[in-house]
Amino acid sequence: MSARYDAIVIGGGHNGLVAAAYLARAGRKTLVLERRPLIGGAAVTEEIFPGFKFSVFSYVVSLLRPEIIRDLDLPRHGLQILPLESTITPMENGDYLGSWSDPDQSREELRRHSPRDADAAAIFGRLMHHMAMAVKPIIGMVPPDPASLSPRDLMGLMRLGGHFRSLGGERFHALHKLMTMSSADYLDEWFEFDTLKATKSASGIIGTFLGPRSPGSAYVLLHHYMGEIDGAFRAWGFQKGGTGAISGAIASAARAHGVEIRTDAAVERVLVRGEQATGVVLASGEEIAASLVISGLDPRLTFTRLVDPKVLPDDLVEGVRRYKFRGSSGKVNLALSGLPNFTCLPGVGPHLRGAVSISPSVEYLERAYDDAKYGEFSEHPYMDIVIPSMIDPGMAPPGKHVMSIFVQYAPYALNGGWTDAKREAFGDAVVKTLARYAPNIESLILHRQVLTPADIERITGLSEGNIFQGELALQQLFFLRPVPRWARYRTPIEGYWQCGAGTHPGGGIMGASGRLAALEILKASGR
Amino acid sequence: MLKTSPFHPRTAPLVQAQTWRRWSGFQMASSYDPHPAREYAAIRNAAALFDVSPLHKYRITGRDAVRLLDRVVTRDITKLAVGQVYYTPWCDVAGKVIDDGTVSRLDASTYRMTSADSSLRWLHLSARGMEVSIEDVSAKLGALALQGPLARAILAQMSPADFAKLGYFRLVHTTVRDIPVTISRTGYTGDLGYELWVDVARALELWDALIEAGIPYGIVPAGVWALDIARIEAGLIMLDVDYFSSHHALIEARKSSPFEINLGWAVSKAKGPYTGRGALEAERARGAKWGFTGLEIDWESFAALFAEHHLPPQIPEVAWRQSAPVYRFGEQIGYATSGCWSPLLKTSLALAHLEAPHFAPGTKVKIEITAEHRRRTADAVVRKLPFFDPERKKA
Repeated sequence: MSARYDAIVIGGGHNGLVAAAYLARAGRKTLVLERRPLIGGAAVTEEIFPGFKFSVFSYVVSLLRPEIIRDLDLPRHGLQILPLESTITPMENGDYLGSWSDPDQSREELRRHSPRDADAAAIFGRLMHHMAMAVKPIIGMVPPDPASLSPRDLMGLMRLGGHFRSLGGERFHALHKLMTMSSADYLDEWFEFDTLKATKSASGIIGTFLGPRSPGSAYVLLHHYMGEIDGAFRAWGFQKGGTGAISGAIASAARAHGVEIRTDAAVERVLVRGEQATGVVLASGEEIAASLVISGLDPRLTFTRLVDPKVLPDDLVEGVRRYKFRGSSGKVNLALSGLPNFTCLPGVGPHLRGAVSISPSVEYLERAYDDAKYGEFSEHPYMDIVIPSMIDPGMAPPGKHVMSIFVQYAPYALNGGWTDAKREAFGDAVVKTLARYAPNIESLILHRQVLTPADIERITGLSEGNIFQGELALQQLFFLRPVPRWARYRTPIEGYWQCGAGTHPGGGIMGASGRLAALEILKASGR
Repeated sequence: MLKTSPFHPRTAPLVQAQTWRRWSGFQMASSYDPHPAREYAAIRNAAALFDVSPLHKYRITGRDAVRLLDRVVTRDITKLAVGQVYYTPWCDVAGKVIDDGTVSRLDASTYRMTSADSSLRWLHLSARGMEVSIEDVSAKLGALALQGPLARAILAQMSPADFAKLGYFRLVHTTVRDIPVTISRTGYTGDLGYELWVDVARALELWDALIEAGIPYGIVPAGVWALDIARIEAGLIMLDVDYFSSHHALIEARKSSPFEINLGWAVSKAKGPYTGRGALEAERARGAKWGFTGLEIDWESFAALFAEHHLPPQIPEVAWRQSAPVYRFGEQIGYATSGCWSPLLKTSLALAHLEAPHFAPGTKVKIEITAEHRRRTADAVVRKLPFFDPERKKA
């Protein structure tokens, strides 16, 4: 069968676009099919209220791989990452904890709360730096299978082993602790100031159905420091024009390499003949042939919806069934007539150009998790707030603002299920909680968009609304992501591949899954 | 005491970390924030407001004004229309560059020249026997540069001037919130931008008005650190950094012709006699010995120098200005005079003097990098300047 395309990528999310760009760059005639009218998946910018642009879902760039930025020449295609300078955490006593772009300023701010922690932070930072340096190469590595005896896997394992041995005793022990402990316990070993511990541990629970006291939540602390290693590259921050503009830049680079992108083109299923993928069928009935089909969708959709699971090995299907999505977060996007006035830092100041973290104490976060454990959204949720229009004035009409509020917890499996009324009640809880710290917020709201995990699933297709295509929990990372033995972007169907965030390393706007998948595909098909 | 600019009462309270510098005898801000990241971002994303008052400014009038300027600079001033601005170098008799700056034609018989260095003596020497008045108006005029993609939107709501019609390197006499100003579409960032020239008596008023109107557009007062990164991306040279004035260079080797600093395009072939013409035409005919060009430092080879020491690559947050040798085939073929990490292009850039024939774009060279106290080299590629040239600059 002569294929019109060498490769079809299902899903125009950022990983799908990255994979397509790399395939086309290597000369493969590649088509991307996107179900929605716009590309980007969860990295989209939409004008949901006239004049106000929102990064509807994903809202900051974190850990976008520098090699992708270079290989695809993304700055020439519109990548422009603006600094997100600070984080403040309002405290319940009316004070705040600030972390600023200047390290001296941050240290002295922390000293105001705890001189001991201010000193500890520097040493903690050094340890985290070393561990992040140790773990970082893994992000760029196709996971070796520790149960396999193939030379390639053994080589990979040996490299990994050597890598960890080079850490030295102290750091290896610290790494082991980091992999097993809860972030609250881990941070207790270092710090005393509760608001600091809460704000640091919040990064460990994002997108995961865990609380700060759940074991296994500590290692995500590392992600922040991995970002700092790349900090020189400034690959984190706020994309001009919102996260949709990142998707746009990758798409532009992909097109420059010859990729064709079709929107409003939902794939119904993958065509399989014998044990070989031969193309796709669209919802419209149109069939498109290709010798390679790459799914950028999550593992559940990749293995149980796009193909008939009956053609797959039972252990794979069972593994996918066990793979945890459990969307735990929602998003509230506000169009504002003016700027919020935080009681802890009144007026307009540099804090409004950074993040505002509603994480006053570890107990606050854990109680927010308690609500979710029993099937309710948090009455007083953890929130990560940014005002993109303060960084990129193009996001809102002059003098007006947009506010992006990431909210956790909002369990996908809400008691009684999500309804319109529940969605609004959730939105109310968010605004009410924020009003405790910024009392004028309610009077500023021109428009409110509330997104529950059910909405995220409905709009983007992400199963159970999990923003990472499945939890970034240790039991489903690296050679276990999404399923043991199928962590190297392959599937049991010849010519059918996976490239979404449900594969290693997953999560955030990194693009690493898409890149590694494409390189693996090219290697397998003899570039 | 160093001099202070007419905007000093407004800028001084903004300087958080006392990051001042000297600029032409003035005390000016390197940056207002402790770090220049946000100020730089404003240049490429919103609008940055720079105090550029230390520039030397001369008002030249009289019957022979055009004759004088045409004799001094290398571009053809007889072609300069009313309301037009030229960027140009000027040279000594040997064709070596003294300085670079702008010449604006304010009306039929009035010109304004700006320069980095004081040029009064040279103008007077060149004006011998001419009927011309040369007035140093440096202390009478405040100058602000409003640079960035939203600069036009900010000015358009404050001024009756038609900014859609104000072309690149053109100027207009107008008002901003009733303050008389001259606005030229010029700048040192390679972006959409304007420079505003104002009577010092109204300077503070102008600053306040721009800030107030600019806030909804993300205006950010910015200092020289941010400017330095932008001008390197734009491939714009700086006196005393990338080249030395032939009037000040202690040795011949430190002098440069316009051809040697990428300003050959500004040496008119057609114009009549001017200072340095003979030497420059001879050099044009024989070809310049040096080229001034961009270098892009290869990230992988740069990072590898640090990885040897288990360090992430160390990138300076401000532009560097120390000379770095450049090699090809193991021989030194030139030197870089300034460089920076480009936050926009996500790559390390440098501006370099390279000997012929090594300055063709695409030539692979090596540049000295000090990594963990050790002098090493990283791969680099010769690039045509500017590195960054957005459409909006001229659109």
